[in-house]
Amino acid sequence: MEYLGIVFQEVYKILFLLVPVLVSVAMIVWLDRRVWAFVQKRQGPNVVGPFGLLQSLADALKYIFKEIIIPSSSNKVIFILAPIVTMTLALIAWAVIPFSATQVLADINVGILYLFAVSSLGVYGIIMGGWASNSKYPFLGAIRSAAQMVSYEVSIGVIIINVLLCVGSLNLNDIVIAQQNMWFVIPLFPMFVIFFISALAETNRPPFDLPEAEAELVAGYQTEYSGMMYAMFWLGEYANILLMCAMGAILFLGGWMSPIDVYPFTLVPGAIWLILKILLLFILFALVKAIVPRYRYDQLMRLGWKVFLPLSLIWVVLTASYLFYFNLLPVN
Amino acid sequence: MIAHAIFFYTFSIIAVVSAIMVTASKNTVHSVFFLILDFISISCLFIMIGAEFLGMIMLIVYVGAVAVLFLFVVMMLNVAQQKNQWFAGQSTSKHIPVGLIISTLIFFEIIIVIGGWKYKPEIFDINNSLANTSVSNTHSLGQILYTDYIHVFQISGMILLVAMIGAIVLTFRQRSGVKRQSYIKQISRERAEGVEVLEVQSNKGVKIDD
Repeated sequence: MEYLGIVFQEVYKILFLLVPVLVSVAMIVWLDRRVWAFVQKRQGPNVVGPFGLLQSLADALKYIFKEIIIPSSSNKVIFILAPIVTMTLALIAWAVIPFSATQVLADINVGILYLFAVSSLGVYGIIMGGWASNSKYPFLGAIRSAAQMVSYEVSIGVIIINVLLCVGSLNLNDIVIAQQNMWFVIPLFPMFVIFFISALAETNRPPFDLPEAEAELVAGYQTEYSGMMYAMFWLGEYANILLMCAMGAILFLGGWMSPIDVYPFTLVPGAIWLILKILLLFILFALVKAIVPRYRYDQLMRLGWKVFLPLSLIWVVLTASYLFYFNLLPVN
Repeated sequence: MIAHAIFFYTFSIIAVVSAIMVTASKNTVHSVFFLILDFISISCLFIMIGAEFLGMIMLIVYVGAVAVLFLFVVMMLNVAQQKNQWFAGQSTSKHIPVGLIISTLIFFEIIIVIGGWKYKPEIFDINNSLANTSVSNTHSLGQILYTDYIHVFQISGMILLVAMIGAIVLTFRQRSGVKRQSYIKQISRERAEGVEVLEVQSNKGVKIDD
């Protein structure tokens, strides 16, 4: 019986984390469309609910009541699994995100590696969806996305090494606490910029949305999907974007730490600061979507392999030698 | 402890069944998916015995990178067609001797490892004592890898680098007559060199250089 109690407690905690994440994913879709519209001097969704806030809920309701069409020549098991994989992977990563020093579902030693591993698994949902559709456009989209995500993961990994050199621990809470005196965005600013751009590419956001480039590939890997399955791809994608923003906030913007360590700011709970930082990064994501044209595929690959990878590797050497020379290496 | 056992047996059953399915399934893409499932359950087993760093690295390297490339290649190849050419007219018994040799080798390796545990139990004790220290997994791995085994570590890195360069050299081919788009050239074009206004005489035409 005691055992069941522990299980229920954990389930309660997980629900307490997942429900806000799902609701905020719906809200973030609205915010994305709204920012996009404002940049183009349009109104955006403003009819359903106050300021159009309930637009995403209306959309979700529409998706739920639509028929799910499974192409007859598709590989049915993998076709159905693909959106589930995308959604699950986007949600399980939130288990290690610290909302304050104590508010974290799983405070594991290798938190940042877990985040990196889960985000690198995200490519499978897309490949599975593209291949199982048994259709040309989805397959092309899936192959593009596989190549793109694998390339940009490399530079994200090297950027994470930069931060880890300064922290000396793989635990996410330790990473946040190490930024008590100075956020890593100041000494590692070039890395922050590269991380931001790589995160755009990793989540298939414009200007790197080649896997679903609507002008060439209809909708890429999502072409054959409909109804709730399409909505799950959609939700998974936005949950991934939020996750990347959270990762950026934790690695570079001090996570749940308040910007300045003085009295009125420290009263605000850490979760609020983290959410504000995530929102800031997300608005940047949305602005980039509105103002930058789509990249050509060879330019995308060139940027990943010939610019970002060497730059971040050089920065690793610089950081390591600086820390070593001034005896600042975090040794315990 | 019961929960531990339940998880252990679940993951190991998934690992073994999916390993069998890798070779048994007819569709090559399905085999790769089973291979991925196998990797994931093995990394779960790693995490269960406390080797969290190894488990995560397994996920990142094998599932996140190697298996993606596998899947990539398998999807691009038209395997069904090739299989027909490969096996047409050949009896499958040709592959049996090679398979037998390899499987006996692996069998004896496993025997040696398990025998080592059986007859030298102190090896097992050392492993246990290491796992109980307060130093985290990552720290202890780093302390061993970058001090005692630094040369082995560097040599393995060099071997991987050489293999990578070799693969690039083998697949690299310079094609002639291909127009290349130079990024720098495209940006640094000015109007003066890009546009030319010509007087076109009737019935003469203009020669445009390509």
